[in-house]
Amino acid sequence: MNPKKSRREFIAAGLLTTAAVACNKKSPFTPEDEVALSGEKVKLLSVNGEVIEVDKAFLKPVPHMPSVSNEEIRQGIPGKKFVMVIDLARCKNLKKCQSACNHAHHLHDEQNWVKVYPMQDAEKTAPYWQPSICMHCDEPPCVKVCPVDATFKRQDNIVLVDSDRCIGCRFCMAACPYSTRVFNWGDPELPADIVAQPYNAETSIPQKKGTVGKCDFCADMTRMGMLPHCVSACPNGVFMFGDMNEDSVTNGAETFRFSDLVKDKSGYRLMEDLGTKPSVYYLPPVNRNFKFEDGLPQEETVEKKS
Amino acid sequence: MEKKQKFSPEKITSDLLPQQFGRRGMIWTICLVVICAVGLFAYIRQLQKGLVVTNMGDYVSWGIYISNFVFFVAISLVGSLITAIFRLTDVHWRTPLTRISELIAVSAITFAALIIIVDMGRPERLFYLFTHGRIQSPIMWDVIVITTYFCISLFLLYITLLPDIRIMIDAREKLGKRFSKLYRWLGSFWKGTEAQERIRNRAITIICIVIIPVAFCIHTVTSWLFATTYRPGWDSTNFGAYFVSGAFLVGAGGVVVAMYVFRKIYKLEHYITERHFNNMGKILVMLSLLYLYFNVNEYLVPAFKMKKEEHEHLTGLFAGEFAPMFWFAILVGMIIPIFIVIFKKGRKPLPMFVAGVMVVVGAWFKRYLIVTPTMLHPFLPKYDAPEKYSHYFPSWEEWAITFGSLAGMLLIITILVRIFPVVSIYKTLTDHEDELPS
Repeated sequence: MNPKKSRREFIAAGLLTTAAVACNKKSPFTPEDEVALSGEKVKLLSVNGEVIEVDKAFLKPVPHMPSVSNEEIRQGIPGKKFVMVIDLARCKNLKKCQSACNHAHHLHDEQNWVKVYPMQDAEKTAPYWQPSICMHCDEPPCVKVCPVDATFKRQDNIVLVDSDRCIGCRFCMAACPYSTRVFNWGDPELPADIVAQPYNAETSIPQKKGTVGKCDFCADMTRMGMLPHCVSACPNGVFMFGDMNEDSVTNGAETFRFSDLVKDKSGYRLMEDLGTKPSVYYLPPVNRNFKFEDGLPQEETVEKKS
Repeated sequence: MEKKQKFSPEKITSDLLPQQFGRRGMIWTICLVVICAVGLFAYIRQLQKGLVVTNMGDYVSWGIYISNFVFFVAISLVGSLITAIFRLTDVHWRTPLTRISELIAVSAITFAALIIIVDMGRPERLFYLFTHGRIQSPIMWDVIVITTYFCISLFLLYITLLPDIRIMIDAREKLGKRFSKLYRWLGSFWKGTEAQERIRNRAITIICIVIIPVAFCIHTVTSWLFATTYRPGWDSTNFGAYFVSGAFLVGAGGVVVAMYVFRKIYKLEHYITERHFNNMGKILVMLSLLYLYFNVNEYLVPAFKMKKEEHEHLTGLFAGEFAPMFWFAILVGMIIPIFIVIFKKGRKPLPMFVAGVMVVVGAWFKRYLIVTPTMLHPFLPKYDAPEKYSHYFPSWEEWAITFGSLAGMLLIITILVRIFPVVSIYKTLTDHEDELPS
């Protein structure tokens, strides 16, 4: 492309856009209809840095994010390939990930989308803690078997569940080798205001009776450019989340080049032999920050994976 | 060929016309209705509270409903075996058995369809299968083939009934008025003219050819619901053939049981003879051996290797939690019937009945063993989930619905044999005529 031409085009387009926005723009304080003044004044900081006072009645709640249509939710965010790296050397079974996840998605105690498994691969090998979430596979067996397209794979790597579509056949649960899916056997018993919300597949809220649920990679958070709840809740930086296209992952405090991290630390994926191609990578539990026993709750025995 | 008593056509007709329930028949029917009602009550509870009334959990997410579904699909295959395969291979003694097997097929496939709806978390969304169906999903294949099989079986039953319906319309003085309207609605157009007869024969031949691949499909696709997953015990290329052979066995067992019962109740000793039991016995032995062969493949080959995932599953079956049920299903469902029926004395009606019951009961537990133990052995440890999810024993609601569905299947058969002849009158008459000159 000709760089000169492109610059000229850019400036022209910019001017046009500015003009269009300027013409269209209404002052946020211009009432569209008659507003009954409440008499209560609120102090605000204007764009020019002046403190102004307006009547409270003029204030309107602005949605945090523009609402996303179901169509867009099913498409996913263009240009993204979300990926997670879980560093097993850092996990001591604090389960902050689990409680943050359960809190954010209004899950009750029996349904853990994040599970922290005590693993021991062989009799003589060392035990370690393995947090597991949905692997958001590139060849998702659950999506393959779903008869009604209730669970779907998006272009940004995320596998989601549409609880308004799910018929509750539970074939996906049988198909998933990672035991990641949980079912709402009874009523999820959510607060009334949550139940009243329309279902959103990116927040997975509200969970509905007779449908399946699972980790959604916090698709709503990633849309806002924020980290999933398990990532930000972990004090040990076990979870690293990022975009494969940007080749970077972060746990909030540290950021790594994804490809280097996985190469240098010999990252692997679970059950590679099944051909599911997970989007979650694990770093082996070497040079650990904690002993396995640190994570043991009092007087609990280790369940071996035999 | 053994000597057959010759009867007049009038005697054959009056012997085979449907009869009113006796006292035993009434008690039997009422019992079935009561069991069905209890099942229905349990299902209403399940609709209100959700699947939480079952003892299924996130590990055993398919339980007794699915194993019962597999059982129904399996036993329904017999319609194609007796009617279609015997017809195409020109087995002459099949006449008194075809109607019985078609009745079993239609009633079983009906309840297979119903029980799978019972298993759904959101049954009210059933129509999504048609509005949002994904043809890539094995469930859609199952929906398609089971619906097809249901329609073909129903049509086969109907078209073979037509001449009998004409006979029953003609015999309305004898039968009373009760079902005469139904008979007229179903078959008053049937005059038995040569042209009609030609079309009917042609249609039956076509259905008999079509129904065999469809029958293979229903059970093969049902096996694929399991075999298309990665789980130990299901991840098997043997599954389609294993399921189909098992289905023929349980179907043949079911027919033997029904033959014995109908013969006793309707005094059909001259129509369902010891020769029929003898022949069915030979078939039963063959099918048992065939199913045993596939079982050897299914269990002993993985047991030779004992891969890590299979190890826990197989030891659980052979010597662990499920060992009593496993050996019960193998011994009672296959090996003991083989030893009963392989001897000529064992092919008399009563021992055949016993063997048939054993085959059917063993087959039901076999289906349970195919579903549940595998679900209890996921790849990752059972952890961070409620303790109750690591075991499975069906709740009373599940048992009630299961028994209700089994009773419902028997109830459909009972009602159908009250309305229609259990042995084709028309076919018996024509067979009789054919034999007279010789």
